[in-house]
Formats: sequence, C-alpha cells, structure tokens
Amino acid sequence: MKGYLVLENGSVFSGERIGYNKDAICEVVFNTSMTGYLEIFTDPSYASQGVVMTYPLIGNYGLTKEDQESKKPWVEAVFVHEIAEMESNFRSKMHILTFLEQNEIPGLQGVNTRKLTKMLRQAGTMRGKITNDISNIDNIIKEIKNHEVSNLVETVSSKEIYTCGNGKTKIALLDFGAKQNIINSLLVRDCEVTVFPHDTHYSKLLSDEFEGIVLSNGPGNPEDCKIAIQNIAKLYESNKPILGICLGHQLMGLATGAKTYKLKYGHRGPNHPVKDLKTGRVCITSQNHGYAIEDSSINPNVAEISHININDGTVEGLRYIGKNIMTVQYHPEACPGPEDSNYLFDEFLEIVRKK
Amino acid sequence: MVNSNPATIMTDKDMADKIYIEPITKKTVEKIIDIEKPDSILPNLGGQTGLNIAMELYEDGFLASRGIRLLGTSPEGIKKAEDRQAFKDTMEEIGEPCIASKVVNTYEDAESFAKEIGLPVIVRPAYTLGGTGGGIAYTMEELEEIAKSGLHLSRVHQVLIEKCISGWKEIEYEVMRDKNGSCITICNMENIDPVGVHTGDSIVVAPSQTLADKEYQMLRTSAIKIISALKIEGGCNVQFALNPNSFEYAVIEVNPRVSRSSALASKATGYPIAKVTAKIAIGYTLDEIKNAVTGKTYACFEPVLDYVIVKIPKWPFKKFLTASRELGTQMKATGEVMAIAPSIEQALMKAIRSLEENVDSLILPKLQNLSDEEILQDLKRVDNERIWVIAEAIRREISVDKIHEITTIDKFFINKIQRIVRIEKRLKTEELTEELLTTAKKMGYTDKVISELCGKPQEEIKNIRKEKNIIANFKMVDTCAAEFDATTPYYYSSYDEENEALEETGKKKIVVLGSGPIRIGQGIEFDYCSVHCVWALKRKGYETIIINNNPETVSTDFDIADKLYFEPLTPEDVENIINVEKPYGAIVQFGGQTAIKLTKALTDMGVKILGTKEQDMDRAEDRELFDEALEKCGIPRPKGGTVFTIEEAIKVANELKYPVLVRPSYVLGGQGMAIAYDDNDVREFISEINKVAQEHPILVDKYMLGKEVEVDAIFDGEDILIPGIMEHLERAGIHSGDSISVYPTQHISIENQKTIIEYTKKIAKELNVIGVLNIQFIINRGNVYIIEVNPRSSRTVPYISKVTNLPVIDIATRVILGEKLKDMNYGTGIYKKSDYIAVKMPIFSFEKIKNADTSLGPEMKSTGEVLGVAKEFSEAILKAFIASGVNIPSKGNVLITVRDKDKIEMLPIAKKLDGLGFKIYATSGTAKFLNENGVESETVQKIWEGENSIPDLIQSEKLSFIINTPTKGKNESRDGFKIRRLAVESKVPCFTALDTVTGLYEALEKGLQEEDLEPVDIGRI
Repeated sequence: MKGYLVLENGSVFSGERIGYNKDAICEVVFNTSMTGYLEIFTDPSYASQGVVMTYPLIGNYGLTKEDQESKKPWVEAVFVHEIAEMESNFRSKMHILTFLEQNEIPGLQGVNTRKLTKMLRQAGTMRGKITNDISNIDNIIKEIKNHEVSNLVETVSSKEIYTCGNGKTKIALLDFGAKQNIINSLLVRDCEVTVFPHDTHYSKLLSDEFEGIVLSNGPGNPEDCKIAIQNIAKLYESNKPILGICLGHQLMGLATGAKTYKLKYGHRGPNHPVKDLKTGRVCITSQNHGYAIEDSSINPNVAEISHININDGTVEGLRYIGKNIMTVQYHPEACPGPEDSNYLFDEFLEIVRKK
Repeated sequence: MVNSNPATIMTDKDMADKIYIEPITKKTVEKIIDIEKPDSILPNLGGQTGLNIAMELYEDGFLASRGIRLLGTSPEGIKKAEDRQAFKDTMEEIGEPCIASKVVNTYEDAESFAKEIGLPVIVRPAYTLGGTGGGIAYTMEELEEIAKSGLHLSRVHQVLIEKCISGWKEIEYEVMRDKNGSCITICNMENIDPVGVHTGDSIVVAPSQTLADKEYQMLRTSAIKIISALKIEGGCNVQFALNPNSFEYAVIEVNPRVSRSSALASKATGYPIAKVTAKIAIGYTLDEIKNAVTGKTYACFEPVLDYVIVKIPKWPFKKFLTASRELGTQMKATGEVMAIAPSIEQALMKAIRSLEENVDSLILPKLQNLSDEEILQDLKRVDNERIWVIAEAIRREISVDKIHEITTIDKFFINKIQRIVRIEKRLKTEELTEELLTTAKKMGYTDKVISELCGKPQEEIKNIRKEKNIIANFKMVDTCAAEFDATTPYYYSSYDEENEALEETGKKKIVVLGSGPIRIGQGIEFDYCSVHCVWALKRKGYETIIINNNPETVSTDFDIADKLYFEPLTPEDVENIINVEKPYGAIVQFGGQTAIKLTKALTDMGVKILGTKEQDMDRAEDRELFDEALEKCGIPRPKGGTVFTIEEAIKVANELKYPVLVRPSYVLGGQGMAIAYDDNDVREFISEINKVAQEHPILVDKYMLGKEVEVDAIFDGEDILIPGIMEHLERAGIHSGDSISVYPTQHISIENQKTIIEYTKKIAKELNVIGVLNIQFIINRGNVYIIEVNPRSSRTVPYISKVTNLPVIDIATRVILGEKLKDMNYGTGIYKKSDYIAVKMPIFSFEKIKNADTSLGPEMKSTGEVLGVAKEFSEAILKAFIASGVNIPSKGNVLITVRDKDKIEMLPIAKKLDGLGFKIYATSGTAKFLNENGVESETVQKIWEGENSIPDLIQSEKLSFIINTPTKGKNESRDGFKIRRLAVESKVPCFTALDTVTGLYEALEKGLQEEDLEPVDIGRI
C-alpha cells in the first residue's frame, strides 16, 4: 500500500507502507547509523519522533530482544529506503517488519531518504505526518502545526523504583528514559543499580545507601523537566559523584544556571568526533540529541568544558568545579555506535569508589 | 620518491622534487639515501614492497647509522604486525584472539603441528606480497607441496600453519590513528566469499551487511585496540574472521600500512586515507586535518554511507587457458572494479558490467546447458564464476538454504541474487509495466538486458523510460550521508529522484573516458594518460568529467577532474551521464580499448569525438581499409588475409606459407594471438578464438622474423612529433608488452630510422590522426614494414614521456583542442635523443596463477613493468633485470633446453655463458649438440626419466637460470610446460626467448654488479 510523509513545509515523500497501518504526527529526525536500527527504535529518547534512517538497507540482520534499549520501540514512525526481504544473523528471532507491526509502529519504505535528509539538514528539523490520504495537504499541515507533545519524559520514565544486579557499588539512576545499556554498563562494572522515576525527590537519591548518581538520557526539551531541574540543583549541592548523560547532562547544566538551545537538525549518529580537551585525544561517539548547552551560558566558576564536538564546536562534556560531577552530551554506553568512550563509566566509578 | 614502475603518475617529474625510477632493492635504495641524505623515510604507502625495504634498511642498522627516522609506523610496530610469532604474541598480550597456529621453519615442524590441530590447515608464508605461496591443505600430501613452496618463497623461510576456519565471515576494518592516540575507523567491508578466498579475490561489499551493531562494534573495538597496541600512526588494515553462529572471532591479519583495501575504502567512502596517512606521518593530528569533501568538518570522524559499494575482482583467466580458475588464499586477480548504488542488487549488476567480460547480468549462457546435478556440483567449486552458478541454481529452484549450505555464503547475499533473478522471470513472462521497468532499473538491469529478456527493442525501452521519467539521477558521495553540505563532485547513478550533479561552471565540458579495471594488456598506463589529459584540459580552461569504475586508479580520485562519475563504462551508463552533462565533446584515445570501444556509441549519442574520428580509428582496425590506407602511402606490411572459418584460414595460411600469425581483430594485448606452423596449429587456434563469439574477422598474416620497433607519435594534421624510437629486444612474435623495450634504439640503422619517421608521418596523415598514435614496425632484412597502427595512446607513453622529458599527453591534448605543434616549443619530427638509455622490462605474475604457461608469445602475459635508466645500455638492462626481481649471479649453473630449430641460434649464447664461467646443464639432445660444438655441458634426464632429472636439478636450488624455448601449442602435458611451471614455483628465472638471454649477457659480460650502478634522478634528465 502506498503511503506518504507530509512535512510541515508542505513537502510530500511517498513510499510503501510498512509496519502498522495508522496515521501519526511526529518530529522528523534523521539518524546516520549504518547498524543498530533496533537500538534506535527502542531508545526512549526518540519518543514522539519519526526517524529517517540514512543508511538505505534496514533489517538485514533481523532482531533479537537482547539488543533492545527498552521494553518497546518508542519511535513514532520510521522512514527507510529499503527493508531487507530476508534477514540473516544467528541471533535473529524476528523480521523487523513483524516487530513494527506487533508494536503498532507505522512506517514507509522506498522513501528517498537522501532527499529527505537533505531537506531536514537545510530547513532544520520539521514535524510531519505519516498518512495514506493526501487529498487535503493544507489540513494536514494545520494538523501538524497544532500537534503538541508534552510530558515526554513522564511517558518514558519508569513509574516505580526497581533494582538491578547485586554488585558492590550502589548507584542510583534517575530515569528520564534511560537506555538499557547505561544500566548494563554499570552492572558489568560490579554495580547494583536502583532506577528511580524522573520526578523522584532528591532526598531519596542522596540517601547514604547510594554511592553515586547517574542522570540518564531522555526525550524532548530539557526545559520541560522543571521538577527534575529543581531536584538536580539539590543533587549538585551535595557531594555525591554524579554522571550525567545526554538529557542528564543538559539538566545538570540548567540546574546550575546554564542555558540550552535547540540545534538546527540535531546530532544523531554513530560518528561524532568529540575531543577531550585535557588529553587532546578524540573519540568517535554515538549521539542522539536535538538540544545542547550554550557554551557562553556556562559559568566558568561552576563548570569547565571538558569535551567539544570537532565538527561544530558544540559543548560535549562538562566537569563541575570542586565537585565530583561529570556530564557528557554523547552516549558512552554506545548501543548503537562506538564503544570508545565507555571508559567514562570506569572514571566515574573510580571517583565513586575512592570516596 | 623511489619506485621502479614507470607507468605510474607517482614517478612523474612533477610529483616529487627528486624521482628515482630505480630497483627497490636494499643496495640501490641505500645509494639513493646516501646521495639525497633524507631525514626520514615514509614506508607505509608503498605496499608490502615499501614496508619490506624499510625493514631491511632498519634491521642491519643502516637507518640508524645515517640518523634516518621511519615515519608513520615504528619498526617495532611493523615487526609486531608482520612477523608471525611477534604478531601472535602481541595479540595474546592485548587479549585479541588469533586462530590456532604455529610458525615453523621446516616442513617436519609443519607436519607435526598439522597433526596436532588436525586438517584442513592454511599455510601462510611470512613476508610475501598478496599471500604468495600460501594455500589450504586438506591432505598431508597437499601440506607437503604447499608448505615446501611457501618456505621457499618466504624471505625469512618461515610459514604459518593455522587451523582452517573456512566458512566464517571475513570482515575488514580500515583504521586510522594519530600521534595523540585518536583512532577512527574509515570503513568496514564484508567479503561475500567467506574465509578461504583471499580478500583480493573476493567479492566485497561495504559497509558490512550481515553484522548487527553488537558484532560491528565488537570488531571495531578490536581493530582500534590493535592499531593502538602497534602504535601505528596512519592507516592500517585489520582482517577478521567471524564465526557466523556466535560472537567468536579471530584476527586474521594486520597490515600496518595503506593497502589495496585502503584504496577501495577511500573510494567507497570519499575519505582520502593515503593523504591523511601522509599528513599524520609528518605530525598532524586528525582533528587538525580538514575533511576535503565537506570542507567544513575534519578528518577526525567516521564516514557514514547512504549507499553500498560492491567490488568484484578482475581475473586474468581468459589469458591463461590452462590455468586453474579456482580461488583460494593465493590472490590471482590483476585488478578490480567497484560500483556504487543504493542497493546491493544494483551495485552488483553495475560491477558485473564494469568487468567488461561481455556479461551484463547474472545470466551466463554456458551454464544453461548443465544438468541440475552439475549445477549442484559446480556450487561446490570456489571459482570466479560462483555468483553466476548461484544465480543458475536459483533458476533451477534450488533453495537459498541449500545454496547456503553448500557455499557457506550468507543467505542475505544469496537472497539478493535471488531478487535479481526473479526480475529475469518477470521480464520474460509479464507485461512491461511502469512498475516492472522501474523495479528492473533499480535492480541494476540495463536496457540491453531488459530488451533481451522481454523481447522489446532496446530503443523502445529507452523511449518508455523517457516517457515515464524512469531516468538515472546522480547522487553525491559525501562521506556523511547528507548530514553536512558537501561540494565534492563525486557521483554515482541511482533511480531515485533528484539529480545532485547540477553544478555548472559555465566552462566548456569535456568527457574523458577512463580505462576500467586493470587487466593484462590494459594496465595503469592508461590511467596515467587519462589523468594527464584531464590536467591538460584543466590548464586550458575546460571543465573536465571523468567516467571510470576502477578504485585503484588516480583518475578516480575525486580531486583530479572537475567531476568524477564512478560508473560502468557501457554505452547506456555513459549516455546517462551525457544526458545530464551535455558536454562539448569527449576524448577517447587515452582510455585504452575500453574507451575506444565506446567511440561509436558516443558518436551515435551525438557527442563530438575530439581528436581522431571514429571512422579513422576504424580504418586502422579494419583489415581491408587499413591495407588500402597503407597501399595509398606506399608502406609495405606483412601479407595477410581476413577469415572467419578454419577452412578459409588454412587456405590463406598455405598461400602465405607457414609460419603465420593468427589473431582476432579489435583486441588489446594480443588476446588470442598465436604463431601457427602448420594446419593443425591453425585449426587449434581458430577454434580457440571462436569459443567466444566473434563480431569481427580473424586475421591471418605472414609471420616475419625480424626486429620489432615501436613509436609513439603526436600528429596535428600537418606535423608529426615523435618522442623517440623504441626497439624490442625480443624479435617479432613476442607481444610488445612482454618484450624488453629499449629507448633509444641500439641496433637500428639511420636509414631505417628515417624510413620509420617517414612512414609514421605518412600513415598518421592518411588516417587523419589528431592526437597520439602508436605504430609497431618490423625490420626484416633491412626493410621496414608496418605491423599495426593504433590511433590511441599506448602502454609505452608514460615511459617514453619520462625518459625524453616530453609531456606527450599534454601536447597531444592541446593538439586535440586545435593547437599546432609548430606553435609549441617542442619542434616537429623526431625529438632530440636523450642522453640516457631506458630499458623497460615486463613483470609477470606466473607464480600466483597455478598452471599458467609462462612461455612468451604473441599474446601478452605480463602484469606490469619496471624501468632501468642509465648512461650505458649494459647498466640500464642490468638495472631493469634487478628491478624485475631477476637476480643473476655472475657465475653459477644454467639449464638449457631448447627446441631443435633454436639450437643453432642458442650456440653462441651458450658459448658466451661458458666463457663467463657458467656451468651448463642440458637435456641429452641439446647436450650432445653443445658438446659436439665445443661447449662443455652436463646431461640431465628429462622429466620422466627418474634420477638426476630436471625436477631434481631445479628443486636442488643450484640453478642460476633456465633457458627454455617453447614448442608449439598450448598443451600443458608437455615437458616444456612442466619445466617452466617448476621453475616458476621454485623461483628460478626461466627465459623463453633467446633474445632476452642475449640482453642479459650484455649486462653480465661487463662484469657489472648492482653496486656499480648509479641511481638517476629522472627530474634531471
């Protein structure tokens, strides 16, 4: 069946309907990863977004639950060039189309993804609607423009407190939509991770029980997370070692007076070069964010920029002065993407364990 | 810059401040170092040859004694990667898995280890290029054969015996590291052929297709760990084997240098690996080097692709009919093609037709007659036709699972072949709807194949496409999947909408056709010519467009032409580009036969052919028209006729009287050409030629014994400019590409030279040549005859340009654009003779191609060339011999076995060798003849005669060289064939033409040693 993606600027991309047959409005973003489609589709940070995969062949190696970054896919829709007819990998349990159908995710294949990506790059991230009926484009555009999303973090965050593993070091993780591999990265490093809902009161996190706190990634505009920002300001005042990742990094910034802004089309891909300003070494990082911390808004007495993006000079990491707080904009837990910066977990745990 | 290869761009005068086209041997390079006194050496860009010579210089302390640094990679790093044991130890240290293996120095150790780990095992010799001498042994007998040969070929007499893991996936990563320790991977690649086939002989896709992110990152992390442990600064290639049923993997090999795969990865991604490697070597870090493609971002990032590439090797099996086509750990390909497309199917189909094997799809007609049982049998064989056999198996409805089970090729890829084959059936049975046509185009079908399948004329299909707007659009290779704005004019075709190749400069556009994959007869010389043509056009203010599909060339660097189209060189693919670019004209005379073949198609498209016109090119190829032209000019040629059948051929041959030369027309490299001595030969050769359908007649010419002479010339319609006259050491009958070529001539009379110049001008004028032409002459009893005229550039152009210091292609391009020779500062007629003598010597790869006959004849067999330059002929030829790897001691043992009719001619040579103190061995007939004529020689038994036989002698490593002239025919069961193969496999030089030995004697006679030779800076000539 033929289907369409209508963008808020009126552009229409056609393709063959895949996955679940329903309409959906989403923010359309592109990801340049050549592998890891399942990790992307199940990353809670993509909540409310429709993802364009720039790599043209998707579904080649099927999928297996163990590669999911959360219990279900969070993407609103997927736009791909071609879905593999026959998947092949020793771990594969399912074809990607079955997965999308079962999880009620709509999508299109046969989309001119390169053209679409170029449009998003030039015009900036746009919203769009996946639909089968384009008889009234104006109405669709109106509909898109009126579409509001809110409480994304609330949607994706855990509703209750739960604990994983039984390692030596006790870590509290504030869940704004955490990827499973953040938890796994801690577990393999001999930690016990207790996951807290996004709006958990800071006092619970500051309990002596926990030796360190991790602020997770998550979807949406960081400024929307008002309660979390207040709580994090209190965490900052404590002496607890804290690691912030992606949204967690932005929230710590906001909590300490810095500002965030929306990037034109975001950083979503496996190949972002990040320079560690202390060592001069560059790591290739996995990224997925639409917002960033404005470097001029950082109070040099509060934090120093520890990492920058080589491509556009944006802030990629902060060390908080006089604190055991390090935050990064990228994903040291990878999945998908390079594992080069997973040493950050080691560094963080070293601080935690020294205390 | 030191390189012995004259056909390359890199040995051009303008490429470096000092250029030495000299043997890459320790002695010579040491001499050059002492002349130039460099601070450092960059060893990691010249392949295994560069790395090996650097290590030799390092190992005996020469570099230390001169205070010279190795840039890029430290000697320790090289050793850790190259030395089998050191490599294993290093991998063990950093916890990276290797395959169970052991380094051995004797066959006995090899045997006992193989027993320990169980067969099959792989034998890999240390320090050899392209895995020379390696192989898989399934039996102890095979182990003995392969291990012994491997031990012999290895520079350090070392081989690795390892557990055979065939069936695992073979994955490669191209990694880059700088002095700060920042590491990136440029690209990963997956071999469609699982482990067991040399990666150079595998069909390769990039990026990997069947790896989940977990596997992809696992191997990526490992590759980075390895490059960090080896402390490489620059590019590096890591090859992995990955168990298809688990996360188990093993590091197969690390190349601490830029490699063939790096070149492929550079073209596949747009990331210039060699350039960045060089910058890193001189101290830059990755975050300081700009990404030339985007101009905004930096070299420190990992390219992401929004297309796929498929590489297919180009094999020389058509040249070696006796050779085994089986593929294994020993690389056999001479070149490769790459194709870029949004799908595997389209890329595969593009790559297939880029091979120029007269196959444009997955249909190989000869397989259609086989039974299902035979197809199943064929599936088991790993050879160059495997993908076609798989396609045929799919047509027979053999299941993907079954094919996978037999071939161990991943089902993902088999399914892709299945999807292509499905379209065949649809095209044959269904109505050609818009949907079907679009699908077929997206699967990579050409109009020609669609027409053959659906029965509609090709023209009609083209018209339907135009009408329905199913047209090729061009997309940019931008390193970043469109994330950043890129300006690199590097394009590939797709059937997705939106054409990105729109940049208009307002200048006149000229298309220069490249020469496709490197093959015997059409090597990088033509790339040299295409590139120089582009540069000349740019200097004249034109916008240049290159079309080519060879990832190993300079012409496919995206910064050579104003626009690069990485596309197959077929009429349809070229027309797609012409439709978009609407060029002012096209130049075809520099792209070898590949480009020449497209002349008619271009003319039909309405593209102006700049330079010699199509009809005039045809006059040089078409026998009757050519004879007419020669007659008009009063130029004699050996008598001959054109034929189609064996009967006609025999009639013509008998009229001419034997021996005669038999060959197909319109081929390069003398393909299918042979000398016939009787009717039986004619029968054999003609039926061989007719195995491939012939559009053009077969030529039968009187074979004339004599000196072969060759010229390249430029003609502008009025005047001629001849850079120089070259003389072949070997007489007519041996292909010019396989002959030792000498400039300036040594044995040609002034009068003959005058005639040659006169004929050259006459025929150039008669054929309306504008640009370059190449003519082969023969001098028989003092008379000059023309054998052939090629109104295009030839393989001698690069070398003659270098030694005469005349920019032949630049001048020719200007002439093509309308300038006159007399208005340039080079004069007309013959150019002034160089003070130096240059000897071009062919390089053969016989040891790599099992069962290929090494004897030389009218069909070209060499795969490359080297040059020796010196003031004296004897010095130049010695240099060339040394550069070609023929190491001749001034004394030793020689085996002579020649056919009867060569005995008289061989006598003076044997006498001379005897006089120099060589001990001569000969088979009984030859020995008797020699002894009767006063040359002492010892008799050896022929191959089947038991003890003290030739095989014993060859394998005992006592021989300096062998002289063996071949008897007629291509029969591999003959003794001569066996002797020659044995010589190749035992690395004993074997000369099959007496003239070569005469040349060698001239060098030996003077008692010259490599130490006596003075290196020459080409820039000073």
